[in-house]
Amino acid sequence: MEQQGFEFDSIQQSRQRRGSPKAAAVSGQPEKQATPKIFTVSELTRNVRALLEGHFPEVWVSGEISNFRSPSSGHFYFTLKDEQAQLASVMFRGANSQIPFKLEDGLEVICHGRITVYETRGQYQIVVDHCEPKGIGALQLAFEQLKKKLSEEGLFDAKNKKPLPFLPKKIGVVTSPTGAAIRDILKVLHQRFESTNVLLIPVRVQGEGAAEEVAEAIFLLNKRDDIDVMIVGRGGGSMEDLWAFNEEVVARAIFASKIPVVSAVGHEIDFTIADFVADVRAPTPSAAAEIVVPRRRDLLEHIEELKQQLFKSPLRRFPDLLMRLDDLRGRLQFGWQVFWDKRSQNLKKLLSNLDHLSPLHILSKGYSVVRKVGSPKALKSSKGLKKGDDLQVTFHEGDCIAKVMGPSVK
Amino acid sequence: MATPMKFETAVEKLESIVRKLENGDLTLEESLKAFEEGIGLARSCEKILKEAKGKVEQLIKKEGKWETQSFDI
Repeated sequence: MEQQGFEFDSIQQSRQRRGSPKAAAVSGQPEKQATPKIFTVSELTRNVRALLEGHFPEVWVSGEISNFRSPSSGHFYFTLKDEQAQLASVMFRGANSQIPFKLEDGLEVICHGRITVYETRGQYQIVVDHCEPKGIGALQLAFEQLKKKLSEEGLFDAKNKKPLPFLPKKIGVVTSPTGAAIRDILKVLHQRFESTNVLLIPVRVQGEGAAEEVAEAIFLLNKRDDIDVMIVGRGGGSMEDLWAFNEEVVARAIFASKIPVVSAVGHEIDFTIADFVADVRAPTPSAAAEIVVPRRRDLLEHIEELKQQLFKSPLRRFPDLLMRLDDLRGRLQFGWQVFWDKRSQNLKKLLSNLDHLSPLHILSKGYSVVRKVGSPKALKSSKGLKKGDDLQVTFHEGDCIAKVMGPSVK
Repeated sequence: MATPMKFETAVEKLESIVRKLENGDLTLEESLKAFEEGIGLARSCEKILKEAKGKVEQLIKKEGKWETQSFDI
């Protein structure tokens, strides 16, 4: 730098000494000195470039981004400007992939880089290797930008939120296998509802590639059919630590999930993009476990209560019922009595009728029954009787044998 | 997923049965039937709630394949 500075000075000095041919002509003072050096455009440009690059190998500059372009090469081209001046700027792909937020027109930034000259156009410019927003952290800005974008796309809309199951049989958990989050979640689940099944997808929750792992785990759980709800999160940390949950790939995976997602990132005060997309945001991993399963004791109590009501409700009708039964029994007894009395009277009548019809009754009136001896049939006619037949005559009291003497004499 | 009825469905049904019984506009035969159904629902709810301790597993990628393993902290 020192040496280059010297070179810059020496060129200036030599220019002062020689003056410019044009300037000399305008002033009308004849040029007494030796013929001035005539540069080619390339030579001059190269010189200017060497001067500028030598003098500004590293510089910080603040300004507003305008005319931002990002062609398919992946490089960023923009102009940094303030009220009075502008500076052509380029940020190559390798450098711009490192910034978490999006460059856009109107954004006030502070850039770090080197000044160079784009010889083909004779334009000086800054090659930016680092850029940060002015007055706000880079991550904070990235967060605000993504939040705005996804919100406009409808990823946070209430109408897209899925209800959580009342009593999940199996819960998917996407978090680190060694973090505080999984310990807290399992502890609370165990306390509330011991029979809950848990499937953990162990992932890295911070650092390079963590967001992609979290997103893949969410997709993986969605390929199964045994998961009723999932918890996605990690324990507390700095904004950088929680950053994976502010990345678009995680937000998209949560939004695409058919299984309801409960986000549980950091502490109560930490809000991440994942929280806005999730169906339910839990303030902490422990709280997520509380949200996801009811307390078994409460449910058992509720069922017991319902059972009591169930037993009570038909029993409450029973006094009426018993009275009705008593009443019916009384009526039944009375009815039977009436029925029986009527029947027995009929029977008595029948018996007396029977009595009147009995042959014995007729005999008592002086009639007799005549049969041939050895035949059970009572004779109704004298036809067929011959002289000398033996007849048995039965009276009301006793009987005798008689002999046929002949037809009666008229 | 071989559960015949979800817990919440069973509870809702049980609650509506209790309400109907308490309203008392069922015939004796209907209320006895409802009572029986209610007891059955209460039993299956309790059965779900008293199921054995759940399993905690993790999904690990091994030689390119996902494998379920038990998980202990």
